[in-house]
Amino acid sequence: MIRRLLARPTGVFAVVVLGLLVVLALVSLVWTPQDPFRTDPFRQWSGPSAAHWFGTDASGRDIASYLLAGTRTTVLVAVGSGFIASVVGIVLTAVGSLTARWVREGTAVLLDILVAFPTLLTAMLLTAVFGGSLGVVVVSVGLSFGVTIARVARGEIRRIARSDFVVAARASGVGPLGVLTRHLVPNAAPLFTVQLSLAMATAVLAEAGLSYLGYGAGSDTASWGSMLADLQTYVGVHPWSAAWPGAAIALVVAALSLLGDAVRDATDPRLTTGDRAAGSGGGGRPDGPAGGGPARGSAGGATDAPTGGSAVRGTAGGAPGSDATTTPGVTA
Amino acid sequence: MTRFLLGRLLLLVVGLFVASVIVFATLRVLPGDVAQVVAGTQSSPAQVEALRQQLGLGRPVVVQYADWIGGLFRGDLGRSLVTGGAVAPELAEKLSVTLPLAGMSLAAALVLGVPLGVLAAVLRRRAGGAVIAFVAQAVAAVPIVWAGLLLIALFAVTLHWLPPQGFPLDGWGEPGRAFAALVLPALTIGAVEGAVILRFTRSATLGVLDADHVRTAAAIGLSRTQALVRHGLPSVALTVLSVLGVQIAGLLVGAVVVEQLFSLPGVGRMLVTDVGRRDVTKVQSELLVLTGLVLLVGFAVDVLHRVLDPRQREAHE
Repeated sequence: MIRRLLARPTGVFAVVVLGLLVVLALVSLVWTPQDPFRTDPFRQWSGPSAAHWFGTDASGRDIASYLLAGTRTTVLVAVGSGFIASVVGIVLTAVGSLTARWVREGTAVLLDILVAFPTLLTAMLLTAVFGGSLGVVVVSVGLSFGVTIARVARGEIRRIARSDFVVAARASGVGPLGVLTRHLVPNAAPLFTVQLSLAMATAVLAEAGLSYLGYGAGSDTASWGSMLADLQTYVGVHPWSAAWPGAAIALVVAALSLLGDAVRDATDPRLTTGDRAAGSGGGGRPDGPAGGGPARGSAGGATDAPTGGSAVRGTAGGAPGSDATTTPGVTA
Repeated sequence: MTRFLLGRLLLLVVGLFVASVIVFATLRVLPGDVAQVVAGTQSSPAQVEALRQQLGLGRPVVVQYADWIGGLFRGDLGRSLVTGGAVAPELAEKLSVTLPLAGMSLAAALVLGVPLGVLAAVLRRRAGGAVIAFVAQAVAAVPIVWAGLLLIALFAVTLHWLPPQGFPLDGWGEPGRAFAALVLPALTIGAVEGAVILRFTRSATLGVLDADHVRTAAAIGLSRTQALVRHGLPSVALTVLSVLGVQIAGLLVGAVVVEQLFSLPGVGRMLVTDVGRRDVTKVQSELLVLTGLVLLVGFAVDVLHRVLDPRQREAHE
């Protein structure tokens, strides 16, 4: 699977950018060119130099060092949100598929409702109660995407459970546990990975948005979002100074959402077993945004993406209806 | 159709109910003593007690909830804990900025996203198509604050075409100035959301370009363009519509950040301020109104989709 992932330029891009991000975050733990928090009133807005690669900001902070220290926050927020989303998603999926019928149906309706709550509003609600912090960002993105994952997984699991190979496995005497571990989990895993990468992309954008609003990282934590907020004040004087943190965020978010696309393409058996030509000249599925675009929409996930419809979905009319119109993501 | 409508309406009502319960419960029950939280750590016990009386916190939680929701139906959303002003009129005033902003953003997103998305698909084998797709991918990943900052830097600071920030004090008294103030914010949201719409439009169009019925239409004498426009694009429009449900919610939420960036007196900025002040009565109503708008949009899009999509109509009737 890794080889297939790296066979695509988007996959290579995603892996390189994210790998670099993690390496830089680790490096920043032991070394940054300058102290990222040291202000210097005599060195405001100095241009790029050997000591200050990207120059300094309004308080004389070294922009390169601060950017580098910000990678830690980004990695932490992305990984933390992904972790919570996985736990919540798996628990809700289990409740939604393994319990008594009325609990299952109740969960289904509840998921339909909860999936419509925008992540940013969840974050604002929790912020009103607990005050702003990175923890609130991580928990709100984790909860939102946990719900999304569970909802997307529901459709997928139902589809797999009805498929011929599962019916055949059952008929030949494989027990429920065997079906779960041998068929359901491996087949649902790619979809799960796609949603996870979208959750992480959303987390990075949400952190930027909330830190910008003053409710994310505190002043003692380096964050690209707070950096945007700081530089905003000087947009009239140094209009292009905000380019660095913004570009860094965009690069990471693009890498995460492309990773989702690439994982989906690399693992989709319909794409890897010669059925590709059946698409539209190779242009149909592979080009579609995975699960509702990069982190912003994530319309109920891959099952609802216009091109993500499988053959089953196609006959159902592209699966619109209540399926397609929920899950506003963050627009942070 | 009636059955679908009733079912969807029920889901909307239940959704609104669940939203109100979650918002209310989170704000009232979780933090322990609301009065203490609102009053702050510097307050004396007497102040906290006075606030508790004012909030009616001595009453059972269910009664407090019923009071809030009952007021909602009468257009009374309570009073601010900080300023004492009535919430409903202020919220209505802020909506007069946020709703036009959302409308203009939507228009910008559609104007940017749909034609370019179709173009990118038609040009799929040429450099132009690849460039459009690449730019859309990049723009969709941009934090909305940054998009706004760059647009301010370009159109306001460098070119001086539009005001960088702010909104006329007399609101829509001078429609021209109010409109001008909303152009850059709407472009900011429109560019980012438009990029997402572009990607969906492009992949939907790619899907119909080689569809049998479009090919047949071209084979029986229509030009490629005619075939695409008459027989391909209607189904693309349906895809865009179902994406819009999500994107319009994105627009409303995007307004929270963009209003802050452009100093616009809208609901989003009001929410950010009130969250900072822990003004519980205002925050709960603002969150419910915003979530309610999102749910309403979802409802409207679902119904519209159902009416417009012949496959759905026939499959269920």
